Amino acid sequence: MITSARQLADWEQKYKLALARAAAQIVVCAGPGCAASGSKAVYERLKEELMRRGSHVTVDYLLENGTPSTSGVVALESGCQGFCQKGPLVRVEPEGILYTKVQPEDVPELLDAVLQGTVLERLLYHDPSTGQVYTNEKDIPFYRDQIRIALQNCGAIDPEDIRAYIARGGYQGLARALAMDSSAVIAELEQAHLRGRGGGGFPAARKWAIAAAQEGPEKYLICNGDEGDPGAFMDRSIMEGDPHSVIEGMVIAGYAIGASQGFIYVRAEYPLAVQRMQKAVRAANEWGLLGENILDSGFAFQIAIKQGAGAFVCGEETALIASIEGQRGMPRPKPPFPSVAGLWKKPTVINNVETLANVPRVLRQGAQWFRKVGTSASPGTKTFALAGDVANTGLIEVPMGLSIRDIVYKIGGGLRSGGELKAVQIGGPSGGCLPSELLDIPLDFDSLQGVGAMIGSGGLVVMGQNTCMVEVARFFMQFIQAESCGKCVFCREGTLQMLEILEKITKGHGTLADLDSLTELGQAIKLGSLCGLGKSAPNPVLSTLEHFRSEYIAHIVEKRCPAGQCQALRRYTIDPGRCRGCSRCVRTCPAEAIAGTAGRPYVIDQTKCLRCGACVDSCKFQAIEVTA
Amino acid sequence: MLAAAAVEMHELVSRILARHKKDPSSLIPVLQDLQDELRYLPKDCLTMVAHGLGISPATVYGVATFYAQFSLEPKGKYVIRICDGTACHVRGSSPLYQAICKRVQLEDGRATSANGLFTVETVACLGACVLAPVAMINDKVYGQMTPEAINIILDELEKEEEASDHICKTAS
Repeated sequence: MITSARQLADWEQKYKLALARAAAQIVVCAGPGCAASGSKAVYERLKEELMRRGSHVTVDYLLENGTPSTSGVVALESGCQGFCQKGPLVRVEPEGILYTKVQPEDVPELLDAVLQGTVLERLLYHDPSTGQVYTNEKDIPFYRDQIRIALQNCGAIDPEDIRAYIARGGYQGLARALAMDSSAVIAELEQAHLRGRGGGGFPAARKWAIAAAQEGPEKYLICNGDEGDPGAFMDRSIMEGDPHSVIEGMVIAGYAIGASQGFIYVRAEYPLAVQRMQKAVRAANEWGLLGENILDSGFAFQIAIKQGAGAFVCGEETALIASIEGQRGMPRPKPPFPSVAGLWKKPTVINNVETLANVPRVLRQGAQWFRKVGTSASPGTKTFALAGDVANTGLIEVPMGLSIRDIVYKIGGGLRSGGELKAVQIGGPSGGCLPSELLDIPLDFDSLQGVGAMIGSGGLVVMGQNTCMVEVARFFMQFIQAESCGKCVFCREGTLQMLEILEKITKGHGTLADLDSLTELGQAIKLGSLCGLGKSAPNPVLSTLEHFRSEYIAHIVEKRCPAGQCQALRRYTIDPGRCRGCSRCVRTCPAEAIAGTAGRPYVIDQTKCLRCGACVDSCKFQAIEVTA
Repeated sequence: MLAAAAVEMHELVSRILARHKKDPSSLIPVLQDLQDELRYLPKDCLTMVAHGLGISPATVYGVATFYAQFSLEPKGKYVIRICDGTACHVRGSSPLYQAICKRVQLEDGRATSANGLFTVETVACLGACVLAPVAMINDKVYGQMTPEAINIILDELEKEEEASDHICKTAS
């Protein structure tokens, strides 16, 4: 039970000293990427090997026993360390040595190096373009230009140990906030100009101030963890890797607006995030950092966890509120804004996970410190999930104002296998596709709007030359069409019309007039929809129409997919020189489109061909050619 | 429904409703708990929930059909989820999905195979974009999938099933 800022500082010291007594800490990344590449087996093997050698020591042991330990090594699992491309990752502290692609059988050798104080070069990161070998994580190009504020503890600590969070200065922002007047807390956030990281970029302090100004004792704070954008996993990583930063941010926000109840709304597809948050809430209650009389200030705050049930639209504030109330997640008109009348008609502030994870740092280190990072209109950092055809995929956090080009080439290491960049898709289904010429735009909330994209929640998918932009637009439209809640006619019917037109084009049946219809429908949906889902739904189509119009025209006029991705536009022919007339393809073809006599070259009837490609897989002589 | 099964289901619903203090705003958690137990939401259950919470069956049905997590049809023993997030899509999740549907012989738009073994679904993002394309079978994530690789995995699962069937039959 902690009752003062003093005790927090004492725990910080105590924990740091205890860890310093260990010979080393080996931190195995257990983030979603590494876990899927087999990090669990690496961790188990590590513990087993440490036990076998009698070198295993736990943090609990170090905390309880004052005597210096010489050869004991602490092994722990952390949240996402970011460099997913090279997982499973293992970091050795205090030196910060990063080992990549570690397999269970590497563990004994790795442990030899740790215990002897040497480095196992084989598993270090080798830069494929320069051949340089990096020992320390912070020197690797992927990490060098990153600044970690929201992700400061993610990948560094055991997310299930509240003491580890406290040892990193955790809950000290809360202690400082509780010593201030609640209006001063809002003023501090206002000065920091922290803008909502969920996509909109609305100043968090303004939401807080409106809710704080409302009369009445019942107010609510909701943490929006309904991260549904395809290609985004930042909030998941924070909830799984540093749950206490979210809780601390929530308590501070609750204090500022005068709420005593908070909710964390987590997507159902993130079972581990739910578990971690539940465990963290329990621990914070036990330690007196949540519940009654927090840090002896008289302030009380409770947190309940609500699981989403699989509806993308619930990321929208008013739909999320409807979902917590037990209804279908459908948005309602604003105003009244949730800050005035939200959950059960009471003033409610909804902040995104990443926004809340920034709050403790702002309070601990002050608004001035926060404003030193990023740009003046968008201070601080933004996390992104970097994926697609980029060499280094992973979870990153960069200062606002960095260009997309720097992200793709400096941090991302350029395109996979040296390919050429075609587009960067930013902001998921609400965002747009930017061509190479626009990559020098500084990333912040305002500059992207001008080119028809938005930061969104932070998915950043790099696309190479073999990606068809019409197909990408169709893909996002299909997603939005399926997720539209059905309330607004423009969104419900308009997205369906847009999807049908896009399908027509990818099948080679489009007309040039369809392009005008797409633009017109897109503009109408933007105007006629109530919530952010509908208002931004046409963005992927409109931005590809603007920047990649020639690809649409190739599909329509030449009946050709320049990227060779659209199945219906492919042409399958048999090379008579290679065909042995074995008839294998004839038997495979589901459309009976292949004819001829055995022993002689066969021919595909283009009018019957379904373009399924089954014949290609069946041919043993590579005689079937595919042209885009 | 057999009388005994109905009584059993009634008891289950009552137990779950009591856990949530019969609060109508707990409708979603109630349905989640029910689905955890039964793997799907039988229609009779929905009516029982409506009576228990004092809301209309139409409201319960509306919620149960609005959210993708709820299934009104029984799901297969193995739920195969193909990630169709942007990264997976760009790297070939559609051919993977088609290959699986073909492999487990899904008929006329149904999501569950006739033998009740496999349910095939797509999911927006599993957050393992680096391993794209990704498939998840129950709780296990499989990265960098290809139609060939998933077929091998499914072959193995079917073999296991046959083996355990055989053991059951010999034991009985």
